[in-house]
Amino acid sequence: MADTMELRDIEVWDGNMAASQALRQVQVDVVAAYPITPSTPIVENYANFEANGYVDGEFVMVESEHAAMSGCIGASAAGGRVATATSSQGFALMVETLYSASGMRLPIILNVVNRALGAPLNVNGDHSDMYLGRDSGWIQLNAYNPQHAYDLNFIAFKVAEDHDVRLPAMVHQDGFMTSHTAQGVHTMTDEQGFNFVGEFQPMNDMLDLDHPVTHGVQTEEDWHFEHKARQQHALMTVALPKIQEAFDAFETLTGRRYNLVETHQMDDAEMAVICMGTSVETAMEVVNELRAQGVKAGVVGIRVFRPWPLEQLAEVLKNVKAIGALDRSSPHGTVGMLYNEIAGTLFNTDAKPVLTNYIYGLGGRDLTKAHLVGIFNDLKANMDAGKPTTALQQYIGLRGPKLSFF
Amino acid sequence: MMSEIKKIKNLKEFSTSADRFEGANLLCPGCAHSIIVREVLNATNDDLILAASTGCLEVCTAVYPYTSWDASWIHIGFENGSTAVAGAEAMYKALKKKGRLKQPDRVPKFVAFGGDGATYDIGFQWISGCFERGHNMMYVCLDNEVYANTGGQRSSSTPIGSSATTSPAGSTSYGEKKNKKDMMAIMAAHGAPYVAQVSPSKWKDMVAKIQKGFAAEGPVFINAISACTTEWKFAPEDTIAITDLATDSLVFPLYEIINGTELNITYRPKNIIPVRDYLGAQGRFKHLFTKQYDYLIDEWQARVDAKWEQLQRREEARV
Repeated sequence: MADTMELRDIEVWDGNMAASQALRQVQVDVVAAYPITPSTPIVENYANFEANGYVDGEFVMVESEHAAMSGCIGASAAGGRVATATSSQGFALMVETLYSASGMRLPIILNVVNRALGAPLNVNGDHSDMYLGRDSGWIQLNAYNPQHAYDLNFIAFKVAEDHDVRLPAMVHQDGFMTSHTAQGVHTMTDEQGFNFVGEFQPMNDMLDLDHPVTHGVQTEEDWHFEHKARQQHALMTVALPKIQEAFDAFETLTGRRYNLVETHQMDDAEMAVICMGTSVETAMEVVNELRAQGVKAGVVGIRVFRPWPLEQLAEVLKNVKAIGALDRSSPHGTVGMLYNEIAGTLFNTDAKPVLTNYIYGLGGRDLTKAHLVGIFNDLKANMDAGKPTTALQQYIGLRGPKLSFF
Repeated sequence: MMSEIKKIKNLKEFSTSADRFEGANLLCPGCAHSIIVREVLNATNDDLILAASTGCLEVCTAVYPYTSWDASWIHIGFENGSTAVAGAEAMYKALKKKGRLKQPDRVPKFVAFGGDGATYDIGFQWISGCFERGHNMMYVCLDNEVYANTGGQRSSSTPIGSSATTSPAGSTSYGEKKNKKDMMAIMAAHGAPYVAQVSPSKWKDMVAKIQKGFAAEGPVFINAISACTTEWKFAPEDTIAITDLATDSLVFPLYEIINGTELNITYRPKNIIPVRDYLGAQGRFKHLFTKQYDYLIDEWQARVDAKWEQLQRREEARV
């Protein structure tokens, strides 16, 4: 039996420690991992827990991120609770196996500490790796601070391991800005944390020696489509309500409320920015200041990135006249992903806001309050004009000549 | 609980013992893969947890909604069959520690199969990682010296002079230019408790080695010659005969290395046949039999002689 760790009600943890503690409290059976900045401390912390008797599963330090996820897949198919962590280049190396994990319906939890993708090589936070994973069939939950990184891990395990879902889940946090920034984190006791997720319930487990199973089959044009369609069906129709259920149960337990779409001052907002990660909290501060000046501004934070909460977002945005979609990843050749998703979300609705796109924060560049004030000024002008007054896509915080497209 | 070593009296008993690999599969008639897999699986009565890398064995045995496997089996990709089974082995250890195994009295064996492409080339790092970490598993390379599943491209196991689709023989080329990688030496250098070359045609030798491998604690590497009727270009009924030519010409010597150091030759042909006879029996070497390339056959014979000499010296020196 693993030792219990006595935690204070509020611990000062960075996002990495928050994730590590969640993995410890749910008593993961196998962690197969490979270190990479800035997610390395998640694995180091876990190694320390193991070295001091706080976890009693298997901790396997493999030789690459691809092997980490490969080992996780083998372990998960064998029938137990499995998790790992990665970032950036390591995430990119894992991509092949991410599709295997979701296609094989294995409830693995992956903490992704978001970081830019080279070249040029960069260790700081942007959302390029998160975007790279968005078609991989995983549930993707988005943390804005260390508290979220802690809480969303429990949510992720509870949803992913549900036998009606059986899909892997990522918990995203911003590299360094969340992962290395210590904040007060409200904790659960080990017992509370474990019980929220519960004992792992195996299904189609290879280690049930009386019931052999074949995992990872070949399907061609005769069955491949049906497999992918059923996976999508589960993600679209089952996962979202289960995530909501888990959010509700979590609120009952802890008093902390999470929503499929997070909103700030959106009830009567005329204009809004939509973003993810730490930027949501910066935008909230700016909106508070603008509200003091009588500006009806709001913030929409993407909490559940995949499956995309299309209906909930459309509802939140139905009365908004101008929207800025803020993408922390270079789309390379088109508009930003959030711009595209929001446009698609609203296209068949009565809402016809002016929608513009801002690329910001690549490679860990700060998004300042002044930047956000500038964006809201654009949105105000767009709202008043009833059409874009700027290019559809602008680069924010970039040195040198202004860069914009479309 | 220590598992008992299965006693096998004769080939008839061996070939008719309970199959966990069904004859219903899509492998080519005359494919040695199925013979090797049966010989591995039939060597034990213990429960098995199996993995396969992408390749002939995988695409021919688990085509939804069918499976040829009556033991738990997993496939992820081309490079990671080793790590798939290592992950399952890690879960076994975790659940054992935590008292959550469904059949706690049974100790399954963990076996990964991969072709030479998956072993010598794309999966090399994953296998090395598994062996360095010391998982309790057996890795069996079905070595047919070519990417057979995709139509005969060269791998780093393809022998010099062989015509492969990406190293074809032509008016200015004799085919593959590089010597086959010595995987046995590399895997033994990991300090693995047991590393062996086997041939499905020498079934007693093979069963003894598989059973030794299963009895060992830690990662075991088995390199099995898998004569490929399609890519080596011989008649499907000649699989065993070609395999015998490989072992009896010493092109594919049968030996084992224990704990990375103790080398034992396990099969000494009564009549060593010329390498020329082995090459001449296969279409992939047909172009070598011209005056122009005669020297290549002589060089090959010299390499085989030197390797055999080296193996014998190592066996004598016990190093």
